[in-house]
Amino acid sequence: MRKADIANEIYQKVGVSKKEASDIVEFILDLLKSVLQKGEPVKIAGFGNFMVRSKGARKGRNPRTGQEIGITPRRVVTFRPSQVFKKYVNP
Amino acid sequence: MTKAQIIEKVSEKVTTLTKRQAEIVVNTIFNSIRDSLQRGDKTEIRGFGSFRSRARRMKEGRNPKTGATVSVPAKRVPFFKAGKELKELLNK
Repeated sequence: MRKADIANEIYQKVGVSKKEASDIVEFILDLLKSVLQKGEPVKIAGFGNFMVRSKGARKGRNPRTGQEIGITPRRVVTFRPSQVFKKYVNP
Repeated sequence: MTKAQIIEKVSEKVTTLTKRQAEIVVNTIFNSIRDSLQRGDKTEIRGFGSFRSRARRMKEGRNPKTGATVSVPAKRVPFFKAGKELKELLNK
């Protein structure tokens, strides 16, 4: 499934044009990205939580050459699915 | 930010929608991602990330209270992988 499929479902459920539906999807995704960029969590009841975690510098290796390289500190997004979501994938 | 706050933002931005419609829109996004994984499908959202389900093998666990060994059955878990654009956004 892709963004267009989600927009299409919105188009069918709510009385908006296809263009509007896809604009709304973009708006929501941009909103979620900007919240995460601020380092704040996104919590969706019945779905799960997106959190931003900071990771320190560490040493890694190029798996192909075995050469050691430094990995810079960075922020990553983690997703913790809710209990409800977990049940969905285990019918 | 919670789902209720997202619904609030959507109804502020898209004035043609009622509050109830904004709620349906937001629920539709997350429900359709969830349903795709239930079907064994995946969802790829360009610029944000992808959702798929991953298999977890059966493992031996322990009841932390009694110390008794219990077997945790194999299962599938929802998995999110952040997209390139989102990763870069967080490290600018």
